[in-house]
Amino acid sequence: MTLSRRAVLGGAGALALASRVHAAPRHQYELRPVEVADGLWMVEGRREYFTRENGGAIVNVAFARTDVGAVVFDTGSTRRFGEALREAVTAAAPTGIAAVINTHHHPDHFFGNQVFADRPLRALGATRALAAEHGAGYADNLYGLLGDWMRGTDPVPPAETLEGGDFAIGGRAFRALPLAGHTEADLAILDLRTGTLIAGDLAFLDRAPTTPSADLPAWRASIDALEALGAGGVMPGHGPFDRTGAALAQTRAYLDWLERTLRDAAEQGLDFVEALRLPLPPEFAAMGAQPNEFERSVAHLFPSYEMAALPRVD
Amino acid sequence: MLRVAALMLLAALPARALDAPRAPLDDPFRTGMLGYHQIAILGDPERIAFDPRVVVDAPAYAEDSLHVPVMIDASAIPGVRRIVAFVDYGPIPRILEFRPGAAEARLSFRFKIDQSTPIRAAVQTADGSWLLGGAKIDAAGGGCTTPAAAYASDDWEARLGAVRARVWPQTGRVRLRVDHPMDTGLADGIPVFIIQRLALSDAQGGELAALDLYEPVEEDPAFSFDFAQGVLTGPLTLAGRDNNGNAIAATIPVGGLTQ
Repeated sequence: MTLSRRAVLGGAGALALASRVHAAPRHQYELRPVEVADGLWMVEGRREYFTRENGGAIVNVAFARTDVGAVVFDTGSTRRFGEALREAVTAAAPTGIAAVINTHHHPDHFFGNQVFADRPLRALGATRALAAEHGAGYADNLYGLLGDWMRGTDPVPPAETLEGGDFAIGGRAFRALPLAGHTEADLAILDLRTGTLIAGDLAFLDRAPTTPSADLPAWRASIDALEALGAGGVMPGHGPFDRTGAALAQTRAYLDWLERTLRDAAEQGLDFVEALRLPLPPEFAAMGAQPNEFERSVAHLFPSYEMAALPRVD
Repeated sequence: MLRVAALMLLAALPARALDAPRAPLDDPFRTGMLGYHQIAILGDPERIAFDPRVVVDAPAYAEDSLHVPVMIDASAIPGVRRIVAFVDYGPIPRILEFRPGAAEARLSFRFKIDQSTPIRAAVQTADGSWLLGGAKIDAAGGGCTTPAAAYASDDWEARLGAVRARVWPQTGRVRLRVDHPMDTGLADGIPVFIIQRLALSDAQGGELAALDLYEPVEEDPAFSFDFAQGVLTGPLTLAGRDNNGNAIAATIPVGGLTQ
């Protein structure tokens, strides 16, 4: 494994050099960190699905300055994104990188990890297992969706387990909130210095929530728990920084609508394709990545509602 | 000796190649495969044409390669005798044949996709001619070579042939789902094991609609049928069998289930 990874990285390095000569502008991320609270920066992703135009820069990542270096929250979809992120972090917080924390196991949140593999990579225990289990499959899928942006990307699951509760790095205190619903294990982080919530994909804003690993009742319970924190600012996993509470409220409203709509569709005898073609209310149609994300959610969620609507007759 | 035999065989064949049908079509998808399937699946009909009344609705991208939903609607065409669904690219192109009988010429189902491909519906009308429609589906693929999910559970044999179904009398919609692995034979060491036939009949035993199924139909397949007002007057009978001789049988009540 070590040998093959070195070979992959060596090869990728040589190719990257060549691409600088011939096609430098084409596959470069321009990351613009914004300081959203004292010593806490956010890099906002585009409110889209993975495409060869956006290179998978569709996710929000963050980093917090501490006395012993920055703590990085999520690392993006590709090795190249990870490299651009490491440069951006080093420029904004020159004391180096103390640790990386992954909020969950979806590839846009941890595929930049290999660039930070010399630092501690931490996540919930279940997230570590899920990243190891699904990493290769996600990589196949993203190579297909992103093409050359993925060159040299090798999934590196987080190696250390982070437990729930308060912890401090370099004099900065955080609260780790082990939750679930968007996936089996979703970590939200409260930055205790500024009262800012890094919600991971438990919160979306103006970008349709994604449901490939979702458990809707668990997700709603997690949103309740996060709203109870009364955070001064919320960084959603996708969409703009939120100072008004809109991200958690909008995410809950969408999940409620999604569940009601698909359950009603199955109860009324609609087939899968008819459910795909249902109209979206304007407030949800206006979200980024629609109607594609709704169609993906029908694929994820409709079969179980269909089962519930069809009684056993044999 | 073998070579001589091969040459003799070649000489005996008609001049036409396997992908040169009697009625070549200007295929909007330009896959290079349609002519071949016209001959192999449809029997090289002389009268065949694309027709916008053959509507094939499917998602542009297959989120789940094992369950790709499709709705074929040819209800605007009078006198539909049968509908054949097939893909251009895939190890087993033919998916199913639907003989609507007393049902409307509209069917929803799901199938296993192996790679990006158009899915086609070929509709044969009463005079024997064929009308074509299709839709392109993008896919990461692999659906045909994955073992059935059933084998991850201990009770799949107990569930084999279990039928879930419901009739919506107000709209004439019938939905049904049969538990079955629908093994393609392409997953390592697992032979073909599929439902081959399903038919809906009325209480007097008269056949209302029938399906012939092939390997690409999804595991635990689900279907939607539509009937005009007045056709569904009493309980329906579902009968079928798989290629191992297992019978599928159920009675579907009409009305009285919705509350």
